[in-house]
Amino acid sequence: MIPYSFNYHRPKTLAEAAALIAKMPDAKFLAGGQTIIPAMKQRLAQPSALVDIGALKELAFIRVAGDAVVIGAGTRHHDVATSADVARAIPALSELAAMIGDPAVRSMGTLGGSIANNDPAADYPAAVLALNATVRTMKRSIAADDFFTGMFSTALEDGEIVTEVSFPIPQLAAYAKFRNPASRYAMPGVFVAKAADSVRVAATGAASCVFRIREMESALARNFAPEAIADIAVSPEALNSDIHASAEYRAHLLNVMARRAVQAANAR
Amino acid sequence: MAAISMTVNGKPVSADVEDRTLLVYFLREHLRLTGTHIGCDTSQCGACVVHVNGRAVKSCTMFAAQADGANVTTIEGLARDGKLHPVQEAFRDNHGLQCGFCTPGMIMTAVDIIRRGRANSRAQIREELEGNICRCTGYHNIVSAIEDAAKRMGGAA
Ligand SMILES: Cc1cc2nc3c(=O)[nH]c(=O)nc-3n(C[C@H](O)[C@H](O)[C@H](O)COP(=O)(O)OP(=O)(O)OC[C@H]3O[C@@H](n4cnc5c(N)ncnc54)[C@H](O)[C@@H]3O)c2cc1C
Ligand code: FES
Ligand code: FES
Repeated sequence: MIPYSFNYHRPKTLAEAAALIAKMPDAKFLAGGQTIIPAMKQRLAQPSALVDIGALKELAFIRVAGDAVVIGAGTRHHDVATSADVARAIPALSELAAMIGDPAVRSMGTLGGSIANNDPAADYPAAVLALNATVRTMKRSIAADDFFTGMFSTALEDGEIVTEVSFPIPQLAAYAKFRNPASRYAMPGVFVAKAADSVRVAATGAASCVFRIREMESALARNFAPEAIADIAVSPEALNSDIHASAEYRAHLLNVMARRAVQAANAR
Repeated sequence: MAAISMTVNGKPVSADVEDRTLLVYFLREHLRLTGTHIGCDTSQCGACVVHVNGRAVKSCTMFAAQADGANVTTIEGLARDGKLHPVQEAFRDNHGLQCGFCTPGMIMTAVDIIRRGRANSRAQIREELEGNICRCTGYHNIVSAIEDAAKRMGGAA
């Protein structure tokens, strides 16, 4: 479990981090390290250098700004899970953060690292997509619908740093996660959010990338109740099948989790 | 190579280490603090848990260089003046260990759980032990030890 050699850098500012990474094509950012370090220990990743942005104060904040909760990319899962501001504005988001991994992982892991990595079973991508959040980098804003592009891939360019994510405050929202009994990753998880003008339903831990279940969205827009989606089956065709669950089982769980999420949202 | 300095169990230490040195190896091999264990290579078992700036972290999933300037506490730093920490006492009194391999990580995690006020029920303690694996005890007595320690400490670590 010893990684390949690399050079460690700890810039003092965001600007310095961006300048450093621009000079080193094989370098990667290190935020909480809870994904990249395990990958390096297994020698599945071999960056030439790591630019540590984990300690940058500029990236660690939670701000409620009018109709949105804005969270810095370097904010730890623990801090989102225990923030009174987040709990008041979007309780579903603090509950989701509290369900990620275990307490030690939550001490270190960050929002930015989770969405930049875009693991097919990660939790945050479901919240970003269902809440119709905006991902901001040092140079642009990216809508959630354009951000997650495929398995472990996003719209980010090489060296582009996520600085914050802006989550519009919904009327109602909830996340229901069926945890893989061993890894505790979502298998699957469904985030449901009802805004003034629409309902969005996002599923993670089911396919190669987080996705929206549009048929459920339109049914819930007409009637925001579990019964409204009871008969909406997700096709197992594009879903993952592995030792943990078959595609058919995942499809079944998606419907169950979606109904549970709607029920939990209505119970607030 | 990285020149690092940190405070470990109240004492300042500095060293030159390879950039890829994980904090757990720095503690075990450079400082000879072998109480912190390595039980897996997938960041799942929690045998390596230490406190960095007051937070429980897996020292196998952090580079020593990331802890440059930090305040680190390991299992060796809990006892004071030859007297065990109340959580250590509670593990002994409740038979909260068998082989003892997971114990340092369990105790460091337990201190953190109690400090965060998350030892309010057996179910909550089990939930909080999510990241610590024990192959011997079946967890029952570990949960009892933490429950007991939380009572002795009045909730504050
Ligand atoms: C035992 C264990 C259990 C876990 N369980 C879960 C779980 O149940 N659910 C879940 O969702 N996750 C889980 N995780 C993953 C965890 O949430 C990670 O924290 C997260 O996926 C990555 O965040 P990080 O800050 O640790 O990123 P890092 O590991 O530091 O980085 C990950 C990647 O993102 C890039 N990156 C980081 N920050 C930025 C940024 N600001 N801009 C651009 N790129 C960036 C890095 O270059 C790297 O490629 C688990 C991890 C472990 C070890
Ligand atoms: S050795 Fe760190 S989690 Fe297993
Ligand atoms: S006491 Fe043996 S692993 Fe826990």
